[in-house]
Amino acid sequence: MNNIFSTVKSFYHKLGSFPWFYKFSSKFIPIVFILGFPIFFLGIIWGIYFSPTDVTQGEIYRIIYLHVPAASVAQTVYFAMAIAGFVYVVWKMKMAGLFIYAMAPIGASFTILALISGAIWGQPTWGTWWIWDARLTSTLVLLLFYLVIIGLYSSFDNKKSADQAVSILTMVGAINLPIIKKSVDWWNTLHQPATIKVFSESSIANEMLYPLLICIFSFYILVFLFGLMAMRAEIAKRELNKSWFKNLVLGND
Amino acid sequence: MSALQENINLFYSPTDLKNNPPSSDRSIRAGGLVKEKSLLRNTDSLEIYFEITDLKNTIAVTYNGLLPDLFKENKGVVATGYFFVDKNEFQAYEILAKHDENYVPKEVEKALE
Repeated sequence: MNNIFSTVKSFYHKLGSFPWFYKFSSKFIPIVFILGFPIFFLGIIWGIYFSPTDVTQGEIYRIIYLHVPAASVAQTVYFAMAIAGFVYVVWKMKMAGLFIYAMAPIGASFTILALISGAIWGQPTWGTWWIWDARLTSTLVLLLFYLVIIGLYSSFDNKKSADQAVSILTMVGAINLPIIKKSVDWWNTLHQPATIKVFSESSIANEMLYPLLICIFSFYILVFLFGLMAMRAEIAKRELNKSWFKNLVLGND
Repeated sequence: MSALQENINLFYSPTDLKNNPPSSDRSIRAGGLVKEKSLLRNTDSLEIYFEITDLKNTIAVTYNGLLPDLFKENKGVVATGYFFVDKNEFQAYEILAKHDENYVPKEVEKALE
């Protein structure tokens, strides 16, 4: 028991170390890259060319293969950032602050993708690009939280106070996540309730569901890749003048 | 809290409108299912008539304009307009179709028929 605890503790300390993370992540990037893109193209091509046409929506339903993965990733990234915010506030782990900083633009991009793809689907299907229902509005609020987090960073000169303020703000914004998820059940909305269900049978045919699950999976791999790259870029920026970084880049290590 | 609830909900059901009719000069949204066999189209204009039901109560809707692709009997609909409680009539100026969470391939539907 003591042994497990010390292993976890040592991993936590390693994870918090910029040099260790920078070197360790460089081994991951090629693997994630080689894995992520083929799975993404497999899912998208299957979804667009080989999955059947929907009986009520016709071909336009295929936008689901972008919309659902993007919306899922947008919320999960925020959830991970909120956990990092907690870690930063309690243990002052520098890497947690850097994680939020690196992930916020990625999360914001996927939220924008979810909103735009939803609008393109909504125009022919519902008859409108946008409606202020609970699901769409709470997703827009998610985007605003991302943007405010990005904005708040640049309003501080001091990295430490920026990390502290942003961590607290990120945690506060996490209250929006269950609201997004449950909005379609708690209130009446134009947006439909969930199609993919974990605890009961999904209301989508299998030959449409499989490519969708592959797309969702590939989006998570790609976000992992983008996240690693963004964190490495930020580490490089902060540690530019440190000797470990110079040695690594100049090949003296 | 109930006022908040009312504002977050996108539309009123026919039962809401019957129990608590809003004033007819205020634009509101009504939603539910398009009642089966209630849809009537005017042959020489875009004018249509149909009924929205929540399986307990029903209101009559008149509308003059274009309809979204998914507008159909027995499917979800959200109408924006004015409700006249004395006539039980909803005069809509915008009709939106509500899609459900079901995704069914064309071939499967054909096979079931």
